Amino acid sequence: MYNDKVMENFKNPQNVGEIENPDGVGRVGNASCGDIMEIYLKIDDDIITDAKFKTFGCAAAIASSSMATQLIKGKSIDEAIKITNKQVIEELEGLPPKKIHCSVLAEEAIKLAIENYKSKKASNI
Amino acid sequence: MKRKIYLDNAATTSVDKDVTEAMLPYFSGTFGNPNSLHFFGREAAKAVTAARDNIAAMLGCKPTEIYFTSGGTEADNWAIKGIYNANKDKGNHIITSKIEHKAVIASCKRLEKDGAKITYLDVDKYGIVDLEQLKKSITEGTLLVSVMTANNEVGSLQPIKEIAQICAERKVLFHTDAVQAIGTVDINVKRDNIDMLSLSAHKFYGPKGIGALYIKNGIKNDRYISGGSQERGMRGGTTNVPLIVGMNVAMEKAIRDMDINNKKLSYLRDMLIKRIESEIPDAFLNGHRERRLANNANFSFKYIEGESLILMLDMQGIAVSSGSACTSGSLESSHVLSAMNVPAEITQSATRFSFGKDSNEQDIDYIIENLKNNVTTLRAMSPLFAQQKGEPINV
Repeated sequence: MYNDKVMENFKNPQNVGEIENPDGVGRVGNASCGDIMEIYLKIDDDIITDAKFKTFGCAAAIASSSMATQLIKGKSIDEAIKITNKQVIEELEGLPPKKIHCSVLAEEAIKLAIENYKSKKASNI
Repeated sequence: MKRKIYLDNAATTSVDKDVTEAMLPYFSGTFGNPNSLHFFGREAAKAVTAARDNIAAMLGCKPTEIYFTSGGTEADNWAIKGIYNANKDKGNHIITSKIEHKAVIASCKRLEKDGAKITYLDVDKYGIVDLEQLKKSITEGTLLVSVMTANNEVGSLQPIKEIAQICAERKVLFHTDAVQAIGTVDINVKRDNIDMLSLSAHKFYGPKGIGALYIKNGIKNDRYISGGSQERGMRGGTTNVPLIVGMNVAMEKAIRDMDINNKKLSYLRDMLIKRIESEIPDAFLNGHRERRLANNANFSFKYIEGESLILMLDMQGIAVSSGSACTSGSLESSHVLSAMNVPAEITQSATRFSFGKDSNEQDIDYIIENLKNNVTTLRAMSPLFAQQKGEPINV
């Protein structure tokens, strides 16, 4: 069902966990549809210095979270906010059609986390 | 070599050695078509007759009431659609339950398009049908009641004797899908008042691709597959001699050893249930504690999702399956657990462990050890688990 790259990211997911006092958090999904994804960001001067995730979901959701957090680390928020689910799928070398929504969740969680950072920053000024 | 533990016997079983041996002569040696007049055909026909006689005796019916099919799904389709099509002048109502196998539910859904009225009976939280609702649902136009003997996901045993009694009193036909039950549940169609019954060989150590539908003599059912005179003209197609021979041997062994197997299986099942409940917090048994198949344990592990757990167990050599359909490619959660009103967040992690004749106690130690680790790993990854520990989420 899953390719080796997806399985590798499922078996050894990168960036699992939370960040204490994160600069941005994005949470998407709900339990009844089977997936919840949370992405935590540490951001210095608009550069993502650390990203972590917590995910309730299938192997594709865990692999997408792992890949998405790897993709955004070290990127500026402007670059990271442009990351699409297609890029996540490409990096994972493909997902089964029925699991495409997992990559969408990852894209949405990143965007929400960055929005969350931006709104926090705006309210601090 | 990596340890391999097969705990998915509800999906299919291995073919018993005696069954394979019994089938072999009928592939190339006694290969004749039982419908042929010559010696080759007669030899094959003899084997089929012997198998039919024996299977009928084990079920408590006449050989003329056994119709060989390609398996449980075909038998279910025939029972439901055949009765409807042959009797629609008398009514258009069929009663079934919300937890039937897809073969029954999808057949009913198909008939709805043709104008059939279907009542899907509710079940209680243990997955057992409501007899009062059944009584109230029967009308003048009810042709058939179809309720499975045992559920394939949560193993709940249905009160089929009571259902058959109600149907007999109300003069409505009763069909039961006994695919999961043959070899585990004591069934005698005559004693139990059953009008039609579906069975499938690969669930009791027989080959895949062969099953049977028992139809009580006198019931008007449709010819299911147009063709030759096979199965008394009701189901055309060249008789599958080796598989019928194999099914008979498998069924004979399964029924002969039923008590001893059930004793062992229920011992292992209860040991697994006890150990999961005492060693893994927030694990919930789905289905009824006693009224369940001897080999079935179905658990939900709160805060995690089933597919991840099943894939992890798979990497450790443990083959189980999901109670939910998610892993089989569909995103819908289990219709059985939904009907039981199991909360959605728990249905996602439903995992079915179904023991077989090769299962043993050492397997349980290995399963528990890996299950504990996997559940801990996945919970550490789960935002739901963090929440319940009271960690704030500052979104």
